[in-house]
Amino acid sequence: MKVITANELTFGDVVYWTKAHDWQPSLQQAQVLDDGDADGALELAAESVNRCEVVAPYAFPVRVEHGRILALSAREQIRARGPSVRLDVGKQAA
Amino acid sequence: MYRYDDFDARLVGERAEQFRSQVLRRLAGELSEDEFKPLRLQNGLYLQLHSYMLRIAVPYGTLSANQMRKLGSISRRFSKGYGHFTTRTNLQLHWTRLIDVPDILRELAEVEMHCMQTSGNNVRNVTADPFAGAAADEIEDPRILCEIIRQWSTLHPEFSFLPRKFKICVIASPHDRAALLSHDIAVQAVRNSDGETGYRVSVGGGLGRTPYLALEVGSFVPKRHILAFIEAILRVYNEAGRRDNLWKARVKILVHQLGIDEMRRRVEAEFAEIRESGMLELPPAEIERISEYFAPPDFEDLSGECPEFESAKRQSKQFAAWVKTNVHDHKAPGYALATISLKPIGLTPGDCSSQQMEGLADIMESFGFTEIRVTYEQNLLFPHVRQKDLFRLWQQLDALGLATANHGLVTDIIACPGLDYCDLANARSIPIAQEIARRFADPGLQAELGELKIKISGCINACGHHHLGHIGILGVDRKGVENYQILLGGSGAEDATLAEILGPGFDSEGIIGAVENVIETFRQTRKPGERFLDTYRRIGAAPFKERLYAH
Repeated sequence: MKVITANELTFGDVVYWTKAHDWQPSLQQAQVLDDGDADGALELAAESVNRCEVVAPYAFPVRVEHGRILALSAREQIRARGPSVRLDVGKQAA
Repeated sequence: MYRYDDFDARLVGERAEQFRSQVLRRLAGELSEDEFKPLRLQNGLYLQLHSYMLRIAVPYGTLSANQMRKLGSISRRFSKGYGHFTTRTNLQLHWTRLIDVPDILRELAEVEMHCMQTSGNNVRNVTADPFAGAAADEIEDPRILCEIIRQWSTLHPEFSFLPRKFKICVIASPHDRAALLSHDIAVQAVRNSDGETGYRVSVGGGLGRTPYLALEVGSFVPKRHILAFIEAILRVYNEAGRRDNLWKARVKILVHQLGIDEMRRRVEAEFAEIRESGMLELPPAEIERISEYFAPPDFEDLSGECPEFESAKRQSKQFAAWVKTNVHDHKAPGYALATISLKPIGLTPGDCSSQQMEGLADIMESFGFTEIRVTYEQNLLFPHVRQKDLFRLWQQLDALGLATANHGLVTDIIACPGLDYCDLANARSIPIAQEIARRFADPGLQAELGELKIKISGCINACGHHHLGHIGILGVDRKGVENYQILLGGSGAEDATLAEILGPGFDSEGIIGAVENVIETFRQTRKPGERFLDTYRRIGAAPFKERLYAH
């Protein structure tokens, strides 16, 4: 399973592609895609690059546990939360 | 310190306004990301894990109180209340918004600062000995040449598209406090047998995937020709450096593929041509003009013992401990240099809060300090402190959380931002540094271990200088899991060596135990007073390997 992410252009914030075909700040709002659907969704999501909404979208692997979306890599876990060494900043501080 | 002339001020101001226009065109969709990316990188703006990161140049690591105050203000208003000092003596703001960057650049220009050439394939911020102007063994202030190089290399059209980034370092003492030989060009002021000052120039140092120490290409370049000589090196590199492979594009690869003799031959041929034209000969009057900006302050005559200082050391053990580790001898009697450790136990190496930056600016104003230095070891330094002011200074630093007494000790760890912030990283560096610092926090233990330099990088690019660590740690990605290799025996000082990998890596918990075991092996085998590095050089890697991997 995969989720599509990017950084918002104007502010740089991490965002995720949703079922509503827009970008939201929380990984839990992301659309979880079967691996086979990720390329097509990424193509659609990439149209928002031309609309100057986001930069450099890509898909990354996740799993779903008890209804929560969990990133598999340390990199994406850190992007979803914020720096592991500063819990007062990033999404985790909100 | 150097002050902008009208040309500098106009150039930097115009550059900020150009970038404002470029950002507006990007946001309006007139520039694509592909078109915009090189423009933002030329202004030090990266897109990293959480946000845009702005890298602000601190030329040769020198800041005024006014500049430090501005960095504090900018990091509070435009980032999240802190900044990160890097091993290139720059300041990174990890939480900037694209839309704010033109305003940040305008505000930086107001205090004669900028972000140019903090990224991209050009001549990067030139670094210098942080003891410049204060070291007793110094031949001249290395920042004079740094400033000349800065003026020559800034927006130099011929060197705006080098095969890869290019780093220059200048020192003027036999002691190396700037990791000289790990630079693309390493310049060291020396005297010849006639007592004239010139420069020993080495080329082809660098860390990263293929680490090398620089090799000598000119044993004594006369002062007036130094810019011509550096330009000759850059020309050879610009023409012959590889552009087909990112990993083989640095000048170190060219130097080591050609061999230093062939490199020297090519540089000398270019040098002869440039010298013949006379275009880059430095007029003594211009050297003199720039030197005046770096004239030392008028030192008071303070010879003899300083009773206030001696008494304060007797009365406060904590102050005495700080003096022992963080205060260094100065060329002027009665003065000292004071290192401000940015390595409080358990916090992020190199981080400085907006409040601390502004507090440091207050201290500078109240003590009359004209300068503060940034060191490549991610600390700060006051270069000219009267001994009689040290106790009061220490108290004020302590109130800011900036009086950690650990300079050069096991907890004074270099760590890159790593996977907590950096887009290139494979593993986290900061938590490893924090945990090692916690394990060795006991001041008595740190003092017993003596000089011990741990350097941690979160990827092969080596921003954390792991090859130069007495103990180096390199974070890698092992099938999606953070893994850490351990290296031993590196040095970034005048006895420079590259550390060697000891064996297979460890997970994030295992690496802490591995470091403890390495240090325990050292404690069991060292001779009295011996540094870790000296023990390692004496006994080699085998006892450490045995301890870590035998079971």
